[in-house]
Amino acid sequence: MIRVLLPAHLRTLAQVSGEVKVKVEGPVTQRSVLEAIEACYPMLRGTIRDHVTQQRRPFLRFFACAEDLSHESPDALLPEAVVNEAEPFLVIAAVAGG
Amino acid sequence: MSKVRVLVGTHKGAFILSSDGKREQWDVSGPYFAGWEIYHLKGSPVDPDRLYASQSSGWSGQVIQRSDDGGKTWQPVDNKFVYEGVAGTHQWYDGTPHPWEFKRVWHLEPSLADPDTVYAGVEDAALFRSKDGGQSWQELSGLRGHGSGPHWQPGAGGMCLHTVILDPANPGRIFIAISSAGAFRTDDGGMTWQPINRGLRSAHIPDPDAEVGHCVHHIAMHPSRPGVLFMQKHWDVMRSDNAGDTWVEVSGNLPTDFGFAIDVHAHQPETIYVVPIKSDSEHYPPEGKLRVFRSRTGGNEWEALSKGLPQRDCYVNVLRDAMAVDSLDTCGVYFGTTGGQVYASSDAGDSWAPIVRDLPAVLSIEVQTLS
Repeated sequence: MIRVLLPAHLRTLAQVSGEVKVKVEGPVTQRSVLEAIEACYPMLRGTIRDHVTQQRRPFLRFFACAEDLSHESPDALLPEAVVNEAEPFLVIAAVAGG
Repeated sequence: MSKVRVLVGTHKGAFILSSDGKREQWDVSGPYFAGWEIYHLKGSPVDPDRLYASQSSGWSGQVIQRSDDGGKTWQPVDNKFVYEGVAGTHQWYDGTPHPWEFKRVWHLEPSLADPDTVYAGVEDAALFRSKDGGQSWQELSGLRGHGSGPHWQPGAGGMCLHTVILDPANPGRIFIAISSAGAFRTDDGGMTWQPINRGLRSAHIPDPDAEVGHCVHHIAMHPSRPGVLFMQKHWDVMRSDNAGDTWVEVSGNLPTDFGFAIDVHAHQPETIYVVPIKSDSEHYPPEGKLRVFRSRTGGNEWEALSKGLPQRDCYVNVLRDAMAVDSLDTCGVYFGTTGGQVYASSDAGDSWAPIVRDLPAVLSIEVQTLS
């Protein structure tokens, strides 16, 4: 299982609290984790990445193990600590915009 | 006994204000979708407990919510708005081509006949329709595919399709308005569209007879006379007596003819309401006095309605979708301000009182009259 922490507004939308855990088949990448999240919580489709382009929404960022992974390839492997549940994959909303 | 439900969209959530037919005591519920921008929410005229809401944010994009119990509970439905075919380009502010990009839903208009059918006016301007209660959306691409599409340009608030009016006498006829392309009409259910901007004069357009390019702020229609339309343009209040084929100015004695909101009395199709705003650079009422203006003659002759409204130091705005009427015997009129007040009149505008004073900035008001 992969631990994922969503921003507060998306936790409300998905009706979850705290971290969620999703099962990922195959390589653990940004893409496979996001696909697992969207499969478990269909209401989040389009809210983290664009429906058509699949690009990360501009005011969201992806972090893990204290590193900003936002500009990594969506198919790059996530850190081992995320794979073995030692660390969560973080979806962070920019602290900007009022 | 009749009841009234006022649906309020704000910059930071939705609120539902409820009262009995006396409209004296109000129950305020919300915020729903706290922290999100609620550009618009509206109920089905066929099933008043079926509500649709447009929920969006700069962080997480667009969500559409649906309620089947009058707003007590909500469920997210489909939020995938994908332009049909090649999206193409429109003009950017500097006149260069700019790709069409979906940003948000400005207006939701439920069908007059089917609670599962609802129209969505979006930015960048296009009209979508769902026939399954919001579970999927399809573009009515004939509008954006109208030959003038590449020449449309955004207004200051974006290139938004903000007004959708369904003709109760002709199921195939829909009116829409876009800032700042203008007004359009379809007579075949959305397959083909024609601009209906003849008679509009806009100082920023060199060609006084330009087919498109007009910054239409809002249009209102009385259901008993669907061929008569009233328009608040960027500047100028206009009317058409032939379903938009031609327009004439009816600004008359208004202190300023700039504004956003316009609506029609529920029982008197020649009684209309506007909220004059000082100018396009000063988005607040003239002289710091918040006044609704009413015409009982379909325009030109206007009277100021100020009883109960602040008459000094008031510098709020009333946005295009933030005025509505109920259909009780003495027509109620409602409007919301960017200062977070929702004002109501239970006597057709003669006097006003705030229902709430301190909501987030109000983006939209819709009213349901419930039996």
